[in-house]
Amino acid sequence: MNAQRLADLLAILARLFCGATLHVVDEAAPFEATQRVYIPNHSSHLDFVVLWSALPRRLRRVTRPVAARDYWQKNASRRFLSVHVYRAILIEREHVSAHANPIEQIINEMGDDSLILFPEGTRGDGDEVGAFKSGVYHLAHRKPHLQFVPVYIENLNRVLPKGEILPLPLLSSITLGLPLHLEEGESKAEFLTRLREAVIALKEKTE
Amino acid sequence: MTFGIARETELLLGGVVGVLVTATVVSTILKARFGPTPVIVNLRQRTWTWWGMSIVFALAAMLGTAGATILFGLISFGALREFITLTPTRRADHRALFWVFFVLTPLHYVFVGIGDYGMFSILIPVYAFLFLPARMVFSGDTKCFLERAAKMQWGLMICVYCLSHAVAILMLNIPGFEGRNMALLLWFVIVTQLNDVLQYTWGKLLGRHKIAPLVSPNKTWEGFLGGTVCATAIGAALWWATPYLWWQAGIMSLGVTLLGFVGGLTMSAIKRDRGVKDFGQVLQGHGGFLDRVDSLCFAAPIFFHATRFFWAHF
Repeated sequence: MNAQRLADLLAILARLFCGATLHVVDEAAPFEATQRVYIPNHSSHLDFVVLWSALPRRLRRVTRPVAARDYWQKNASRRFLSVHVYRAILIEREHVSAHANPIEQIINEMGDDSLILFPEGTRGDGDEVGAFKSGVYHLAHRKPHLQFVPVYIENLNRVLPKGEILPLPLLSSITLGLPLHLEEGESKAEFLTRLREAVIALKEKTE
Repeated sequence: MTFGIARETELLLGGVVGVLVTATVVSTILKARFGPTPVIVNLRQRTWTWWGMSIVFALAAMLGTAGATILFGLISFGALREFITLTPTRRADHRALFWVFFVLTPLHYVFVGIGDYGMFSILIPVYAFLFLPARMVFSGDTKCFLERAAKMQWGLMICVYCLSHAVAILMLNIPGFEGRNMALLLWFVIVTQLNDVLQYTWGKLLGRHKIAPLVSPNKTWEGFLGGTVCATAIGAALWWATPYLWWQAGIMSLGVTLLGFVGGLTMSAIKRDRGVKDFGQVLQGHGGFLDRVDSLCFAAPIFFHATRFFWAHF
């Protein structure tokens, strides 16, 4: 079985198990072939795979996660999955320097692909959306044409919360919001707040 | 245990195909004449989903007790998943819920499948009832403890325990009716589901007076009476597929339809409280599994116990 087949199979399994339904806020046009950065809330190890599985196949193939190198390089199966199946861009969480700058690395590796990037940086408990790290701003600053699509993933913190190994078969839902751009002259703090509030607005909409 | 397919089962399945062909033709004519109005689109969606559900059910029935038990197990699993998704649980319930989904539900259906009436009767109402709160205690979270334990138990009782009484009919030994229990199961499912369809249809055609406006605004007296009378008549007319006499089949159908109605209403109250219209979206035009089987859940235990008490040999 080649990596692409395996990717399709994993997507089907994830859809069955997490029963994710995809909702789209009016005019969000999720299936446009423009280069986008999906910025979801993060509360479960399954967040990425469920969002990725919910995308139509042709978009799934050009949508790549940005993930932590230390986690995904730990053993052979994670390495295979991250490199060949998900085509992840693996970045350093520690030892960041001017040479090993994750933003530079993302820009070099992404080409024309879209990204899934968790702006909170780490998993929360699912109750609140944490503060956004500045990476998304630097990315937007370097590539101003990028669309940032706010995403709210619901219930995966119940399917597989932080610290649990066994998932529950509950139904989850994914809501995509309107794409945002970095405005001219917008400061880092303003941009990050705007993105975070867009995710929180989707959260409130689903509740 | 049921092996092979009884003539009655074949006839009932043939009847279902006949009804679905008619529904498909009628809805196609309606669409050609009136265009794709929302009611007609929903009608067609429902019809196609009915085709899918009937085919799956027929295949399971052909596989005998094992097939039907596995099918009902999967329906329970799907319904429970919708129920728990809609019920707020806390982090500390995670491990207990894992037991609910992956140990207790399958184990219960194993007892149904092997026909162990004793364990089938007490596993969930006694042992799960004691075990789950005990398991939750070890997580150390006492907030809303009784409420959380009660919701979990309620979900198991409705979606797994009550629903499984339908397929449990296969374990009964009914003198003079050997080898035909599958037909009886099919009869029960047909009567409850037809009742839902007929109540919906009569309600859409003649519905004026709301029966429970605060709980389920779409349910009307006209729909309820029309559906109940028709479903009871059809149930009585299909007496030949059951161990009952024609008037006994009529009484049984009446009981099943009334309980089915109450079941639908009760589950509506839960949905209303949680602020949703349907439990899920799996079945196009119908909602979720639990929306489709809510009437079955309430009617199955009475159907099972009445049959067991009056007709079965035990």
